[in-house]
Amino acid sequence: MIRKPLRPLARILDARAKGENPDSIERENLRIRHEEMQAKSRHRAEGRLLVLGIFFLCAYAAVAGRMGVLATSEPREPVAAAPGSVIAMQRADIVDRQGRILATNFETHSLYAQPPQMIDPIGAVDRLVEIFPDLDRERLLADFTGKRKFLWIKKKISPEQKQAVHDIGDPGLLFGPREMRLYPNGSVAAHVLGGAGFGKEGVSAAEVIGVAGVERQFDSYLRDPANGSKPLQLALDLTVQAAAERVLDGGMRLMNAKGATSILMDVHTGEVISVVSLPDFDPNDRPRPPTSGDDPSVSPLFNRAVQGVYELGSTFKIFAAAQAVDLELVNSETIIDTRGPLRWGKFLIKDFRNYGNALSVSKIIVKSSNIGTARLAQQIGAERQQSFMDALGMLEATPFEITEAQGGKPLLPKNWSELSAMTISYGHGISTTPMHLAAGYAAIANGGRYVSPTVLKQNGPQLGSRVMSEEAAEAARIMLRKVVTEGTASFARVPGYQVGGKTGTADKPKPRGGYYDEKVIATFASIFPAHDPKYVLVVTLDEPSIIAHGEERRTAGWTAVPVAAEMVGRLAPLLGLRPQVDPAEVTDITLTSN
Amino acid sequence: MTEMVYGAVPIQAGEPILPKWWRTLDKWSVSCVLLLFVLGLLLGLAASVPLAERNGFGNFHYVQRQAFFGITALIAMIVTSMMSPTLVRRLAVLGFACAFVALALLPVFGTDFGKGAVRWYSLGFASLQPSEFLKPGFIVAAAWMIASSQQINGPPGTLISFGLCMAVVMMLVMQPDFGQACLILFGWGVMYFVGGAPMILLLAMAAVVVLGGIVAYSNSEHFARRIDGFLNPEIDPTTQMGYATNAIREGGLFGVGVGEGQVKWSLPDAHTDFIVAVAAEEYGLILVLVLISLYAMVVVRSLFRLMRERDTFIRLAGTGLACMFGVQAMINMGVAVRLLPAKGMTLPFVSYGGSSLIAGGIALGMLLSFTRTRPQGELADFLRGRGRG
Repeated sequence: MIRKPLRPLARILDARAKGENPDSIERENLRIRHEEMQAKSRHRAEGRLLVLGIFFLCAYAAVAGRMGVLATSEPREPVAAAPGSVIAMQRADIVDRQGRILATNFETHSLYAQPPQMIDPIGAVDRLVEIFPDLDRERLLADFTGKRKFLWIKKKISPEQKQAVHDIGDPGLLFGPREMRLYPNGSVAAHVLGGAGFGKEGVSAAEVIGVAGVERQFDSYLRDPANGSKPLQLALDLTVQAAAERVLDGGMRLMNAKGATSILMDVHTGEVISVVSLPDFDPNDRPRPPTSGDDPSVSPLFNRAVQGVYELGSTFKIFAAAQAVDLELVNSETIIDTRGPLRWGKFLIKDFRNYGNALSVSKIIVKSSNIGTARLAQQIGAERQQSFMDALGMLEATPFEITEAQGGKPLLPKNWSELSAMTISYGHGISTTPMHLAAGYAAIANGGRYVSPTVLKQNGPQLGSRVMSEEAAEAARIMLRKVVTEGTASFARVPGYQVGGKTGTADKPKPRGGYYDEKVIATFASIFPAHDPKYVLVVTLDEPSIIAHGEERRTAGWTAVPVAAEMVGRLAPLLGLRPQVDPAEVTDITLTSN
Repeated sequence: MTEMVYGAVPIQAGEPILPKWWRTLDKWSVSCVLLLFVLGLLLGLAASVPLAERNGFGNFHYVQRQAFFGITALIAMIVTSMMSPTLVRRLAVLGFACAFVALALLPVFGTDFGKGAVRWYSLGFASLQPSEFLKPGFIVAAAWMIASSQQINGPPGTLISFGLCMAVVMMLVMQPDFGQACLILFGWGVMYFVGGAPMILLLAMAAVVVLGGIVAYSNSEHFARRIDGFLNPEIDPTTQMGYATNAIREGGLFGVGVGEGQVKWSLPDAHTDFIVAVAAEEYGLILVLVLISLYAMVVVRSLFRLMRERDTFIRLAGTGLACMFGVQAMINMGVAVRLLPAKGMTLPFVSYGGSSLIAGGIALGMLLSFTRTRPQGELADFLRGRGRG
């Protein structure tokens, strides 16, 4: 581009010759150039302003058009569809090990109201209160005649109730379809199933979410449409579970206990065939969780089997004996000094009765001698005991797959001293859940391999790492059988079934430290059939107390054992175990012939 | 002949101020603004009642306040529009400096009224939002700088104004007030565009924005979900957007009737961000179309008047003010009809709010002053034989 010079030489010279100021020429040229630039930028700006103006016109036209489209479209009922997520309808069923339904879905309706549409709000309120007696008449009246445009009246109603509301005939009363969770067996396996509630809610659908138990633990699986509604199969057996609940409930009442729990577990697979915690609830109508201040363990929602952390007392003695045999420190006939009381610093370890100066290891278990097991623990040592307990899974919450199980963390001594080892050997100073105990007994029963308790059905044995030698487990099994045949659990002699097991009676700790004198946790941990164990049954009663032979009795031998025996007698046939009938003596056979 | 030529020039030493003002003023725009203000009061009668009830005042407490602020704003507008562009520029630059300092001191002396963003000074009887007053001041100051850079041997004003713009935007983002920050950025962008931004740069910027959007969409799940939610035709009825959409549908062509609307009881921002929804529900599509055409009229008329303007500064400042006014209204209404993703922005002159009203009055006064008819040297061009082009 050729630029015009600001000071053209010819004109400057010319001006100089004429005696004029040449600077004015430069000023004039500058002014002209400036004006040209301004004109150019003005033309460009004109075009761009036109573009802007058209942009604004178009934008406003778009807003107006959109407004027109919206204004002429029909107003809609609120549709629950949060952006980007759809409410998945079909939640997968839950079935037991035989495929019987434990939880399924049910089409029902919710009831809501749109007061502005109502013809006769007062009449409708009266009729509604007749149909649903739990509704508050005054509040409903205030809602219907007030400014509210929309309110839920009932989240779930039955078909009969729906028909009755329909017959009111008020156009302001509306129904929304709902899929609700139904537990057809009522309170059976309530604690395992947990329950479900509504998540995001709209008029035409609501999301069902698990709030506890298996429903919560496997919530994402149950909701995942990719599973194609394939049911979740549990290890539970509905029949066994129902029978166990019935028997345990009877036993709990008979023994005047305020709570009870039982666990029936397959010793090879770890499958929990039945787990009961009483008192229980109906998952169809799940009670509210207790408000703060109350002891949560009072609530029926509390799952004693996996959440209740108790000192389980003498049932732990078999672990000390088994470990001592496993370490080849003793065998079952080794004689141990049991002179009492055993002094350790300022602590005294005493027995329930004086069992004499010396007992064999087997007799220590049979008689349940605290001093004897404490001596065994001294030989084992704290470190080895701790690693043995760890191998049995006693130091962590159980891996049982319901959400509540994570809360059942064992209470352990801060410092695992020799004294701790001695008390732990007879089940004090360590608090675990009954589920921990069941897993520990399963290891003894199956020949020394750890199995982790599971709520899901397994295919075949799931034996874990070896905890003790087969010989030690065998010796422990024989001792457990002897407890029944000649020891504290004599009530566990069930006709037809050989039961082995160990009783445990532990004083309940006070919330502020120390122990109650008259409140105990009575436990019977058993294995059956004793010669080739297939199942572990742990029964725990909370504060049992009966009068027998003119005396108040609380020990497990008088309370938990008879209940467990009754359960074995009822459940073993259901589990397909044949009773061993002693061959009757052949008498008076008359051979006749003619 | 000479006398006739000079007589045609509209500047007369002795012309009285008011007749001259009235003669040169863009009367259409003024009428539109007055109508907008009246409509704002009318809608306030409907939309601010729930707020007053919630805060325990008389039903029309906020309407009275709005009327008071509105009249102040109108007076400010008229006074400003009587000033000459040079005076406007000087005052605006001074005002910008004050507002800038006030904005910078907000973290120290400001309050957040429990809303999470420190944007206000509490003055007892009323609150003051400096960012509202900063906007017109910034536009004028930036226009002055950009215009000065177009003088031969002028300072690098565009660069300086860009730095200033970034400083203001940073401060607003810190509050955080993304809406105002976007407005400031948009105002500066428009002036830069009209002031002769190179086409290549504009295309490159557009490409960067599109590319950035695509990258953000494919990489950020949060961003993608928001965009999907916005594009999703189904709308969650329990959100503000859902209520607004339903209100517009309820309103239909002629509305449900004065005072019969329900959406104002459900929406916490019915008197500010969603006042269009209230308008649509109670008065129907008709009133909304009137509102839209009033805004369009002010903006488009101002822009067309500015096309004739020869003074670079006036052209730029006017463009910035008009576009900012227009885009604010557009975003507000676009959000209510879900053309744009949710963003809190007031509807100028209609939404309730003292600072926004008075600052809006001053801004429109400046715009009116800039769009007044004044000699553009057309005759000189004609006489020089250059004419147009």
